[in-house]
Amino acid sequence: MLAVQDLSVAYGGVDAVRSVDLEVPTGEVLAVLGPSGCGKSTLLRAVAGLEPPYAGRVVADGEDVTGVPTHRRGFALMFQDGQLFGHLSVARNVGYPLRLRKRPAAEVAGRVADLLTLVGLAGYGDRLPSTLSGGEQQRVALARALAVRPRLLLLDEPLSALDAGLRERLAGDLRRILVDAGTTAVMVTHDHEEAFAVADRMALMRAGRVVQTGPVADVWRAPADADAALFLGYARVLTGRPASAVLAAGGLADADGVALRRSALRVVRGTGEGRLRGTVVSAAATPEQARLVVEVEGLGRLDAVGASDDLPAPGASVRLVVDPARLAALDGPTERAADRRT
Amino acid sequence: MTGVRGGAVRRTAGVLALAVVPVAVLAVFFVLPVAGMVGRGLWPQGSFDPSGALDVLTRERTGRVLAFTLLTSAAGTAGSLLLGLPTAWVLHRLALPGARVLRALLLVPFVLPTVVVGVAFRELLGEAGPLGFLGLDGTPFAVVLALVFFNLAVVVRAVGAAWESLDPRPAEAAAALGATPWQVWWTVTLPSLRPAVVSAASVVFLFCATAFGVVLTLGGLRYATVETEIYLLTTSLLDLEGAAALSILQLVVVAVLLVLAQRLRATPDPRARRVAPRPRAVRRSDAPALVVTGVALVLAATPILTLVVGSLRTPDGFGLDNYVALQTRGSSGALAVPVTEALAVSLRTAVDATWMAVLLGLLVAVVVTQRSRGRVERTVRSGLDAFFMLPLGVSAVTLGFGLLVTLDSGLLDLRSSPLLVPVAQALVALPLVVRTLAPVLASIDDRQRQAAASLGAGPFRTLLVVDLPVVWKPLLAAAGFAFAVSLGEFGATSFLFREDAPTVPVVIFRLIGRPGEGNYAMALAASVVLAAVTTLVVLAVERLRVPSVGAF
Repeated sequence: MLAVQDLSVAYGGVDAVRSVDLEVPTGEVLAVLGPSGCGKSTLLRAVAGLEPPYAGRVVADGEDVTGVPTHRRGFALMFQDGQLFGHLSVARNVGYPLRLRKRPAAEVAGRVADLLTLVGLAGYGDRLPSTLSGGEQQRVALARALAVRPRLLLLDEPLSALDAGLRERLAGDLRRILVDAGTTAVMVTHDHEEAFAVADRMALMRAGRVVQTGPVADVWRAPADADAALFLGYARVLTGRPASAVLAAGGLADADGVALRRSALRVVRGTGEGRLRGTVVSAAATPEQARLVVEVEGLGRLDAVGASDDLPAPGASVRLVVDPARLAALDGPTERAADRRT
Repeated sequence: MTGVRGGAVRRTAGVLALAVVPVAVLAVFFVLPVAGMVGRGLWPQGSFDPSGALDVLTRERTGRVLAFTLLTSAAGTAGSLLLGLPTAWVLHRLALPGARVLRALLLVPFVLPTVVVGVAFRELLGEAGPLGFLGLDGTPFAVVLALVFFNLAVVVRAVGAAWESLDPRPAEAAAALGATPWQVWWTVTLPSLRPAVVSAASVVFLFCATAFGVVLTLGGLRYATVETEIYLLTTSLLDLEGAAALSILQLVVVAVLLVLAQRLRATPDPRARRVAPRPRAVRRSDAPALVVTGVALVLAATPILTLVVGSLRTPDGFGLDNYVALQTRGSSGALAVPVTEALAVSLRTAVDATWMAVLLGLLVAVVVTQRSRGRVERTVRSGLDAFFMLPLGVSAVTLGFGLLVTLDSGLLDLRSSPLLVPVAQALVALPLVVRTLAPVLASIDDRQRQAAASLGAGPFRTLLVVDLPVVWKPLLAAAGFAFAVSLGEFGATSFLFREDAPTVPVVIFRLIGRPGEGNYAMALAASVVLAAVTTLVVLAVERLRVPSVGAF
């Protein structure tokens, strides 16, 4: 459906997007993930037609739309904070794109009711946006964006303005609504969990470039490099001898580096299993598990987890088991981000 | 309960104590003269007899004058909006090189003395002028054109300031939903700008309806507005009853207009986020707006350029002869004093008017912006706010003539005082000073003062640390603005000046009224000098970058 080809955009005199290539097949949700300032929002604005690129093309359904003004692209854009029109009621906000297209009033009313039901806000039609909570506003914004069945939905950090619990719930709803409606969508976010919850595929962006693309689970499991790993929520990246030691302990082939989740190392008591030894530096219990910092022989201080009902005291000698599913081997130069935490 | 109530009374009393000086000044120098002027019309022989005044209202000429006033004001307002809105967008939203200088230059016509504007348009449209072939001289169209020239800056600044901080994303969201630029403007941008547009339009209409110098010099006797008619009735025909009737009529029209505007304005949503979007690069699709901006700039520049060229023209080519002649009294004894002396008088008067306006304005701004704790207090404050805006809506001619006829009554004979003209000019400038300072004072978060106090700063120290750094620039800007307004004030001054100490606008009006080529050329030169001084002041003010200057 959407193809971005060799796109470069300057924003405020800086190259914000540099020769980016992306493909989004019909019906798929792509998450563009990256830290703030990486150019992901500029990329989205360029796709929407709000920012003119100085090189490259935006192609929709095989048609070059690079020079086509925003309102003729047939896309819809949803902002971080919804950007509902404060002077219009919820129903009039949702019906706005339909009225622009001069649809008959009865049809508009019916479609608005359907959409409000879809986003779980049936009966909210007469309210003003300012009387809604942040989450409700985002739902209205989504309904408005879906009103004319856009061939492409662009979402700019759709959940970032919400608090944690709500974000998680709305992410699930968003996924369901997009899949049900069969919408092709590009979502920009800096939150990897949001991307994981909503998208099919993921494009990692850094300093204006796309550094990795692939199905969400694949990218998550095998980050391209140390920076990507740290951004995807890995707690620690090791290189050189420590990396080899951890990989060997996990029964994995050697690599240039290894990215560890917090739970990649598990503390066990006793002498049987566990090929790494260490001394507990600190330990704290959470309802789920114990979180420890362990001085591992020959590797330095590392995070580890353990059973919360059996908390070793600082100074205790422990053994550690490596969980191969909770780490990612990294190939290629990893020096830059080595031993750095997010 | 008594304690609480006692506190509220004390606070209200505090407000009134602070307000007592400006209220007294306004009462003596504004309410009293205006009421006196109106009273003289309604009590012609000491007893209430409105028949004479009512008689004026039924005259055919009065109807014509009122219709002409409303029509030219409506046309002037419409023209200012049509040219001003696209210009506001181009100069405040696009990354245009030199936008700041252009914005400052557009402000110049607004502070130009009205008489100078009139002279400039006559020079431009007159038979010998560059646009003389259009035959517009002496037509209502010339009046409207001059009104637009004069008021364009009000629209550009008021709407531009609102537009500048308008979040661009709702408009972008609408465009992404399929709205054409035109649909975006009607359904998203205009509703958000409506408060600014309505208040700009109502202020412009007000200025148009009370315009004096422009109409007097361009309309002549044939085309009169209520304002010039009041002048004509009082000075030439000595028909005080008629003038009083027209003053009342004008007051009523202005009051109705202001109430209507207040209804239409609809308070802006305080939660609407104010942002500072990056100016956008110019695109080809901006061409129509750029063309309109060009027209606006040409409209602003041409009369001034014509004026300058005309002032340099001498019987044998070009030269500075007319400027040299400013040291004389003009040919055939047109003036009582040389123009250079009038310039000195103007500057002295403006200095006096400025400190009065700033001092009063600061007091008023403090009074109206302090947070109210109760309903009564709020009512008192908003009542005071409206009271101090009165000079904006009352004819300067009424004020001037009123001062002349009331201040001879025994106790307070100020007619020959050199302070009378500055006082009148300060009152005319007062609303502008208040409107510049009030938003700034209101924007200071009270918690900053509380934070300073909690850290051990006394009231004076708090003022020094919290208020002063924020206020000094707007204060300076307001002073400059008041100075410029006072330099150009003509309506009230034309009644109050002393023969041996006329101001420059008065002298210019004299000169164009007297026969003789030399006198007219001298008027042009004097206009250029006055325009140059005001321009310099305004450019200096603009450098201070105070957003609320000139915005209402």
